[in-house]
Amino acid sequence: MANLSADFIGIKSPNPFWLASAPPTDKKYNVERAYEAGWGGVVWKTLGSEGPPVVNVNGPRYGAIWGADRRLLGLNNIELITDRPLEVNLQEIKEVKRKWRDRAMIISLMVPCDEDSWKDILHRIEDTEADGVELNFGCPHGMAERGMGSAVGQVPEYIEMVTRWVKKHSRMPCIVKLTPNITDVRKPAEAAKRGGADAVSLINTINSITSVNLDSFSPEPMIDGKGTHGGYCGPAVKPIAMNMVAEIARSAETRGLPISGIGGITTWRDAAEFMALGAGNVQVCTAAMTYGFKIVQEMISGLSQYLDDKQIGLSDLVGRAVPNVTDWQYLNLNYVAKARIDQDACIKCGRCYAACEDTSHQAISMSPERVFEVMDDECVACNLCVNVCPVDNCITMVPMAKGSVDPRTGTKVGDYANWTTHPNNPSVKAAE
Amino acid sequence: MTNSPLTPGIVPGRLPAAAYAANFGDHTPALDGHEARVAADRCYFCHDAPCITACPTSIDIPLFIRQIATGTPESAAKTIWDQNILGGMCARVCPTETLCEEACVREAAEGKPVEIGQLQRFATDLAMGKGLHPFTRAALTGKRVVVVGAGPAGLACAHRLAMHGHDVVVLERRPKAGGLNEYGIASYKATGGFAQREVDWLLSIGGIEIRTGVELGRDVTLEQLKARFDAVFLGIGLAGVNALRAAGEDLPGVRDAIDFIADLRQTADLSTLPVGRDVVVIGGGMTAVDAAVQSKLLGAENVTIVYRRGREKMSASGHEQDHAVQSGVRIIHNAAPVRVLGKDRAEAVEFAYTQDGQGGLTLSSETFTLKADQVFKAIGQTLTGAPAGLGVEGGKFAGNAGKVWVGGDCAAGGEDLTVTAVAEGRDAAESIHAHLSGLK
Repeated sequence: MANLSADFIGIKSPNPFWLASAPPTDKKYNVERAYEAGWGGVVWKTLGSEGPPVVNVNGPRYGAIWGADRRLLGLNNIELITDRPLEVNLQEIKEVKRKWRDRAMIISLMVPCDEDSWKDILHRIEDTEADGVELNFGCPHGMAERGMGSAVGQVPEYIEMVTRWVKKHSRMPCIVKLTPNITDVRKPAEAAKRGGADAVSLINTINSITSVNLDSFSPEPMIDGKGTHGGYCGPAVKPIAMNMVAEIARSAETRGLPISGIGGITTWRDAAEFMALGAGNVQVCTAAMTYGFKIVQEMISGLSQYLDDKQIGLSDLVGRAVPNVTDWQYLNLNYVAKARIDQDACIKCGRCYAACEDTSHQAISMSPERVFEVMDDECVACNLCVNVCPVDNCITMVPMAKGSVDPRTGTKVGDYANWTTHPNNPSVKAAE
Repeated sequence: MTNSPLTPGIVPGRLPAAAYAANFGDHTPALDGHEARVAADRCYFCHDAPCITACPTSIDIPLFIRQIATGTPESAAKTIWDQNILGGMCARVCPTETLCEEACVREAAEGKPVEIGQLQRFATDLAMGKGLHPFTRAALTGKRVVVVGAGPAGLACAHRLAMHGHDVVVLERRPKAGGLNEYGIASYKATGGFAQREVDWLLSIGGIEIRTGVELGRDVTLEQLKARFDAVFLGIGLAGVNALRAAGEDLPGVRDAIDFIADLRQTADLSTLPVGRDVVVIGGGMTAVDAAVQSKLLGAENVTIVYRRGREKMSASGHEQDHAVQSGVRIIHNAAPVRVLGKDRAEAVEFAYTQDGQGGLTLSSETFTLKADQVFKAIGQTLTGAPAGLGVEGGKFAGNAGKVWVGGDCAAGGEDLTVTAVAEGRDAAESIHAHLSGLK
């Protein structure tokens, strides 16, 4: 079995699967159950300043969307940072870390945006023997209204400033957790790097309203007839998160900055995809909240099997897909593919036909016997038929060989050429 | 309880009183809300869906399932009733395994179709339970149409005509409306008096008058009806029963399976209904299965269906045959009755094995005898009482003639199924309506 032990910015854990700072890591009881189940590390739920702790609502704090069979696809929450006294948290962190030396223990922090507040909290956590800190610049609800969380994360200058304070007043490794509620995720990542961050983690949750009650006309989750935007997470956000991870991984300014990947990771496969896009490890929350801590066992066995099958080590996986993430302008416009329907696998539902005929390129024919066939002279290889087909691998995209004639355009499939040299591109100077 | 399954002869009360309620309870319990949602989630919403094509009434199945999935089962019921006003009964009695569910692409994909019949029942039961009848009558036309036969074809025809504003009189020879829904379907498929509830619900549109105890040919002639009404619809079913053409078939103890089923359906206390210890059912259709299974459920010790051809030729579906076997019925294929044996009453039936060759079915010299104190004939029904002047082909009305329309089992074309009868009745109504509208 592949060795999954991971070293992330000097923090060692038996596997790269950490629990993200969130309700599952709020206290000793949960964290010990997570370690017992096999989690490699946890980021303890965000601590605030000394003093009376924050309070949470006393009604629903989660909303959700579901797929078929009520499978949870997206979850949002309006829970704030820990609502337990700071001293209790610190005492428990210390106890747990002493008992579970081989597991990673990171403390998430969120205090007001002044140097003294950060200096004070860093001083207080020194004694816990935790492995590092994560700066919560991400939470988009509640705390942001008080000038913390994503209110900091949306201003690169604040990120840089606070990160600098943290590195000045602590020797602990420092991870900066980024909010996705911004226009260009590279800017806050660059700011974190300038401030001296050892790594970034992303994404935190996305501002969202999951549903509206059509009887009471209140957003969900509803508190006494009102609702507020909450942080969205779960499988639905994974594509957004992966793009942001990849943007940081491939940007010249942030290349090499370690990334802890977060966002809808539910299976070993999700984790492997994040790591291939540059994440050195991953953090999980919604999947554990949906299925319990035991899911890590499938993640461990699945990732091990995959690495064994590929005959690569964990570190070989990290960033392996990054060179293949590019800009649209560099895509090969001479790559021509055609959809192919495997008639033996086809169950004749006709969804490919409806999708193509109604909404795309009218490139699939339907016979009275419900035989569906691709018309190569119309097919632009858009992939929609593949996406709507309920049978895995029934429809595939087959690339055309170089030199063959595309029946749609009547032109030969040529060598690599992209938009930067395309004659229709106005910025290309015509070769006289 | 004085009798048991071992008591010889045809006797009532073979089982403890409590067993009857259990045996004749709902054969396929209804889906609850959660089960319906899970089942509905499986529908792929196919383009030009094969299930619609396979449904004789062409219900828009993907649409009604999507309506269930999105929390509007009342709209789903309307979608079903738009095409099939007896959608509630059809949800219970349709051989879905040879119709919509056989065509379901998930049958091809996984061997497990979407539970279309059960979902249809969920929607229609829910809407009926709320007292919804989402149809109203158009402005009255003053036209009067007579429907002969209050079975599925006649009722579907009457409802559609009433909807179009015509006044309808339905003549029914039996004491109750419903036809085979009331008299001819296994009791465990439509429990709780559903057939009559559905008839009452259907009639709530108004404009339909049912006259029971009136038989065409005996109480009124077709000519009289044609003279008194603007149009006539005949949905008189197949009232006759084929003979065995085997010696001894007149012996006491031998009877038509459909009469037994009708008796059973009209018996409030099934412990009073006599049944044999050794029951032999001759035939291979749904009626044979219904008679055999219900004999077993009444406490018969041995029940055997004997069919003259092979399993694949049986008109009862594989699902129905499995149901029979699981209920403890034995099925013997490729054997035909030679004679019913017995002195004063049926005691046994002698069969000969058959060979299904190019020259048709032939009896072999090899025979066997089954003990039988009760013998049910279920070898098909025939058209009887057909009025003169209507074309008959293959034993059924060939088609519409003048101001007379035909539909249901008595009409040529289509399988003899409730759902087919509904389609034919509905379509005849549309044709009558077009005809009457043209006459204005």
